[in-house]
Amino acid sequence: MNPILEGVAAPLPFSNLDTDQIMPKQFLRIIDKSGLDRGLLHDLRFDASGAPRPGFVLNQPAYAGASVLVAGPNFGCGSSREHAVWGLQQFGIRAVIASSFGEIFYFNAVNNGLLLVTLAPAEVDALLARVSNTATNRVGIDVAAGRVSAAGGWTADFTLPERHRRMYAQGLDMVGASLQRLDEVARFEARHWARHPWMKDVARRVRDRLDHAD
Amino acid sequence: MPGMTLYDKLVASHEVARIDDEHVLLYVDLHIMNEYTSPQAFSGLAARGREVLRPGQQMAVVDHIIPTHPVPSALRVIADEASSRQALNLKRNCDAQRIALFDTTDPLQGIEHVIAPEHGMVLPGMVVLCGDSHTTTYGALGALGFGIGTSEVEHILATQTLAYRVARNMRIRVDGVLPRGVTAKDLVICVVHRIGAQGARGHAVEFCGEAIDALSAEARMTLCNMTVEAGARAALIAPDATTDAYVTAHAPQLQGEALAQARACWAGLRSDDGAVFDVEHALDAASIAPFVTWGTSPDQAMPIDGVVPDPQAEPDALARLALEKAMDYIGLQPGAPIAGLPIDRVFIGSCTNGRIEDLRAAASVARGRKVAAGVRAMVVPGSGAVRAQAEAEGIAAQLIAAGFEWRQPGCSMCLAMNDDVLAPGERCASTTNRNFEGRQGRAGRTHLMSPAMAAAAALAGRIVDVREWEPRA
Repeated sequence: MNPILEGVAAPLPFSNLDTDQIMPKQFLRIIDKSGLDRGLLHDLRFDASGAPRPGFVLNQPAYAGASVLVAGPNFGCGSSREHAVWGLQQFGIRAVIASSFGEIFYFNAVNNGLLLVTLAPAEVDALLARVSNTATNRVGIDVAAGRVSAAGGWTADFTLPERHRRMYAQGLDMVGASLQRLDEVARFEARHWARHPWMKDVARRVRDRLDHAD
Repeated sequence: MPGMTLYDKLVASHEVARIDDEHVLLYVDLHIMNEYTSPQAFSGLAARGREVLRPGQQMAVVDHIIPTHPVPSALRVIADEASSRQALNLKRNCDAQRIALFDTTDPLQGIEHVIAPEHGMVLPGMVVLCGDSHTTTYGALGALGFGIGTSEVEHILATQTLAYRVARNMRIRVDGVLPRGVTAKDLVICVVHRIGAQGARGHAVEFCGEAIDALSAEARMTLCNMTVEAGARAALIAPDATTDAYVTAHAPQLQGEALAQARACWAGLRSDDGAVFDVEHALDAASIAPFVTWGTSPDQAMPIDGVVPDPQAEPDALARLALEKAMDYIGLQPGAPIAGLPIDRVFIGSCTNGRIEDLRAAASVARGRKVAAGVRAMVVPGSGAVRAQAEAEGIAAQLIAAGFEWRQPGCSMCLAMNDDVLAPGERCASTTNRNFEGRQGRAGRTHLMSPAMAAAAALAGRIVDVREWEPRA
């Protein structure tokens, strides 16, 4: 994987941009991951009649093909819906830069290899100002060096937590990795259930009780 | 050596292995699934030929997409084709893996976070995870609960564990007594307002103090449920006699020797005296009034006698923009009072406020009065069991007589994935947890409040102070 990511960055200077707005409810009635590119930021991108809002940044020609978002704090807060991450990726977004991210969204992104770069609020403000100008809306992200660069020699350094870096660089199969530890899980369960026998198979036992109530 | 917090103890007692400095492999005692965040997890397992490791510790329920029309449980159908496919898919997955399911026509169907505790599946000291952010609810019973994504659902199905980044510790002490008419809902909206929508991000929040001690188990669920709106990774309350009474009443499987053994474990579920919290906050319960949100983020809230803030007074550019955007969406001007604002719809329900005590509170205000002309008011019980109990207690009849719709259980208009949706521009007094743009319907305007406040709003046709609406006999 190319550790340098370069592309057009779109400014989304909204605070607390929640996953309901990133991926609205009407796109969640699926059992696969299809069609989420259409749903991304739907009500911001399209008006009530379904026509694109010309004023919205991702509808402007200068931001066509944007692969990076620069956003306000607490991006991705709210609902746990991983559809938000899948939709960003299907739309072509490869990285989001903000001063903070919603917790569940953060882990969903890590698990899908969507790069999340955390910068200080003042650095995000400075970057927002640059990418808001169509003449200076390209950024580079050097994952190995931990550096974001923008027009005019502007740079900001970031640290990527080790697990995020590894997941991003190698696309780890976390389930596969944990399946290697099932013997440890079994040993843990033996101890755990000896101390807390009422926790074992609690869902099945309760359901059986309810099914056999008169 | 400093003492351990309750959160530290719950993590330590579920640590299968240390992954690295930040992460542990965390054991999951109960995993709860719904029809919309689990399908791709089951598909992911199937694609790699993997199995569900512990089917007996999984529970699933159809709740997010289900219509709530007041037909008998056995006759509930999901007309929307895509939604119906999600429900059928969940049943197929659960049948194939022998997973306990609360299906569409099950009289015990309900919202995941209502039915799991009400049937005694959630017990103190457990780790309970679900692909839903409001899983923080279970901290009310001294269980560690938090929301996860679908990739993590798949990980749990395969391994009964989660690769988990351990959170930091926060404590929020609430001393004093909540005044009359002020509930756990007002308290939690106040907390979110005080510390902000990311004020607890990355933290497990333990609540303590006189006002917390005085809350019922269900009120504690309301509090812990909505703490996620401050960004909290988890919310916790140490088990006490209130917890014990709730759990033993709802978990009849726990008796005799097992109950004695369980109680001995529960006694240790508290933060040590010397435990150090990374962040501490304190509130005085007596100073809290009924709280209402005015904006499009749960922290944009104020006491009922408050006014909408002035963005020009906000020095930070992004924060100012957020205020302006919220005001534009919600249709309010700086300085406008929230009291007296006319509403079109009222919604009483959700995993935050869909339990029997919530419906009792609403009925105590509505009893003997009428919903205002032009207002459509819905009550959606949190579960079939709650619905049946409310009918047995006469609450349902009181609400129906007052002009409320009495519906079947589900998540309903909390997130409007089913056909309970606000029309554009409609303003709703809602007992739910999120006032996000579009949450209850595109261009719909949500004001979060307590069940009693929502009931009073229905009667008045506008947002009012419930303390001025004395219950009638």
